[in-house]
Amino acid sequence: MNKETFPTFTLDGKTIPFTAGQTLIQAAMAAGVYIPHLCFNPEFKPHGSCKICTVKADGRHTSSCTHQAQDGMVVESNTQEINDERRALLQMLFVEGNHFCPSCEKSGNCQLQATAYEMNMMSPHFDHFFPDRPLDASHPDYLLDFNRCILCSLCVRASRDVDGKNVFALSGRGISSHLIVNAKSGLLADTGFSGDDKAAQVCPVGVILKKRVGFAVPIGSRSFDEQPISATPHPVPAAATLPPHPQGACPVGPRSKAATLPPHPTVKGT
Amino acid sequence: MASPVDTHAEYLDPILSRHRHNASDLLQILIAAQEHYGYIHSDAIDHLSAQLELPRSKIEGVSGFYSFLHLQPDGEYRVLFSDNITDRMSGNMDLMQSLCSQLWVEPGKVSEDGLLSVNTTSCTGLCDQGPAMLVNGIAINRLSRERINAICELIRERVPVSAWPAMFFAIEDNIRRRDVLLEGNFQPGSALAALLQRGTDETLHEIRLSALRGRGGAGFSTGLKWGLCRDAPGEQHYVVCNADEGEPGTFKDRVLLNSYADTVFEGMTLCARITGADRGFLYLRGEYRYLLEHLQAVLQHRRQQKLLGNDILGHAGFNFDIEIHLGAGAYICGEESALIESLEGKRGTPRNRPPFPVTHGYLNQPTVVNNVETFAAASLIALHGGAWYAGIGTDSSRGTKILSVSGDCERPGLYEYPFGVTVAQVLSDCGAKNTQAVQISGASGVCIAADEFDRRIAFDDIPTAGAFMVFDQRRDMFEVARNFVHFFAHESCGFCTPCRVGTSLLANMMDKLAEGHGSPYDFAEIEKLNALLQSTSHCGLGHSACNPVLDTIAKFRPAYDRRLAQKDFVPAFDLDRALSQARQMTGRDDTGAHLERSHE
Repeated sequence: MNKETFPTFTLDGKTIPFTAGQTLIQAAMAAGVYIPHLCFNPEFKPHGSCKICTVKADGRHTSSCTHQAQDGMVVESNTQEINDERRALLQMLFVEGNHFCPSCEKSGNCQLQATAYEMNMMSPHFDHFFPDRPLDASHPDYLLDFNRCILCSLCVRASRDVDGKNVFALSGRGISSHLIVNAKSGLLADTGFSGDDKAAQVCPVGVILKKRVGFAVPIGSRSFDEQPISATPHPVPAAATLPPHPQGACPVGPRSKAATLPPHPTVKGT
Repeated sequence: MASPVDTHAEYLDPILSRHRHNASDLLQILIAAQEHYGYIHSDAIDHLSAQLELPRSKIEGVSGFYSFLHLQPDGEYRVLFSDNITDRMSGNMDLMQSLCSQLWVEPGKVSEDGLLSVNTTSCTGLCDQGPAMLVNGIAINRLSRERINAICELIRERVPVSAWPAMFFAIEDNIRRRDVLLEGNFQPGSALAALLQRGTDETLHEIRLSALRGRGGAGFSTGLKWGLCRDAPGEQHYVVCNADEGEPGTFKDRVLLNSYADTVFEGMTLCARITGADRGFLYLRGEYRYLLEHLQAVLQHRRQQKLLGNDILGHAGFNFDIEIHLGAGAYICGEESALIESLEGKRGTPRNRPPFPVTHGYLNQPTVVNNVETFAAASLIALHGGAWYAGIGTDSSRGTKILSVSGDCERPGLYEYPFGVTVAQVLSDCGAKNTQAVQISGASGVCIAADEFDRRIAFDDIPTAGAFMVFDQRRDMFEVARNFVHFFAHESCGFCTPCRVGTSLLANMMDKLAEGHGSPYDFAEIEKLNALLQSTSHCGLGHSACNPVLDTIAKFRPAYDRRLAQKDFVPAFDLDRALSQARQMTGRDDTGAHLERSHE
């Protein structure tokens, strides 16, 4: 196909081709350019809630996951201004929940943590909310640690749209928004949830965790320990259970982790 | 013996059949279920889940979104004090404290005997006759010591709310200045007859000619919107009247619906004829629940007069009817796409736009959503012509605007002016003295200081949805902004990160300043947070949540400087305050139960 037939936009000066209906992040990803994001997952309909993928399109702030690409658009993403905003949004997500990276089984595979590294987040900055969010360990094979939920709703979408089960939903409003499960008891064990569900695979943070495999892959050998999230094909393989994603050639070569990664942000007690 | 589910089926089944087991009426079904049972029982959800074929998680998720819905028992009497800044200025906090101590209950909790719960709620739209409250969802105005004492007695004696003195519920219109709309000599059916005589396209032409712009604040061209909706392909078209009048300080729609409902419904019917819709909705905020029976009666009367229903005014194929949907305590549903989500029985989360409602609205069909006042104005235009209407007002803003005036003035109430009236004129007409500031268009609007009182109410100067709150020299503008910031934190839908977390952070920072722990550092943080909210929020709520703070900082800086008691950063965490629970549990408040505080 003649390359000239594709409409294009520029992203930080680079020309990005796109097909009709693609959003900015979809086209960027297809071209191998990383735009930081959390609630976006290429397998699902874009949602636009976390706002980490915010870019400036023709000078206006917008979510790149939901904003349709248009011919000739000028998009800025990797700028000091936008990265500062992303860092502040990440800090908000950290203080909203209870995130203790050093003791979290998802550390090294967590997109929130990895994106925070990517954006050079060195402290939580804001005052913590310290919400009270009890664990749900009722299910024989899975554990829900709501403390880490960032309300991206990927599990909601996966369970509803792929599994056809509606195991997860959001309830509450504002700062009291929270994840609930589909059971009168409010417990995961009493839902139709199964480890084979798509919903079991999509959590970008450490809420939905498989039991009895904790720390099977040691910290230091996990996805984002090997290379930063900007160089990691999406979606992130959940430990060793998923094959690497076939698409999305790595735009940046693997970096030596010791040389480039900042120290872990110990989010509490710094 | 009946099983627990059967107990609930008994009252739920008639509700379900009234709504034809339609899952998109979920919110309406939940509201009706709660009105019957007092709260939404877990067994009731089982029944609804089975009957509506909806997952339980969805029903709980919807219930959890709306402030007025409860999944737990919430007291036989549910008392909600309206907590707009105007209620605060007229002493609502003292009255709430008095009620709480008389009835032995803590704010935010249910009394131990389950008799009542007491809490605050966002502005109930009675700012011209506050302080106000809702008891079991029904509005009471003009609260005073005497009225609170009487209410305590009625609750103690378990008198049903329906048997309380009628004067408690006598909501006044308080119309102070009338122009073309509030003069009110509109004859039901006259605008429809004019439409049928003039022709549909010609009537749309008149609406365009009038240059009518949306009265909800955004000011989109009404003629353009109706034309776009008419031309949008779809199986059905819908007309929605946005009566979710939640902007603090606004109450004009309350009066229009109370005394001008025919003019409003007729405007909707005109729109239906022009866009080809045969179904319409009035989305009535839950706080105006007390207007429901009246509005149903007006609709019924219009059906009898052949002004609604099939073959309207004998015109074959002119079919249109209006249903009323209630809100349940969620300001965000005033945003048109969130309102449509709510109409569909969902959580009121604003949609990603585009597409816009004119092409993809209710059930993804072309939908016009207009403000109450816009529909009423459309009736006048259909009757008297576009040129007549365009002859009123200014170049940018044709016609009249109704202002809801409240706060520090002698004559609060409704004032209808041709666009272009100055703030000073309104202040003089309402009897405001020593005015320090006016908050125009509510918490999300603009705060005007005395040197700007010559500015005009118009789309190209001060656009407004109608709120006009007056603050005299006695008022502390920092406290005004703090009240609004808490309002936004309470009303954030929680969908996007910046608004969900940012509005609460902002509220906490304003509290920190109020408590004397603020430093110039916190001030800078507040400004940074506002910039982030403005640039990255999903919808207008997040964008405008910063307005009150930014405006008051710019215009009333000393009110903030007074709060920056600390030269250097002081943590928001206050060890002495953290011990307050321990003090409460031990019943101590002596010096020994407090930490020494060197800075006091």
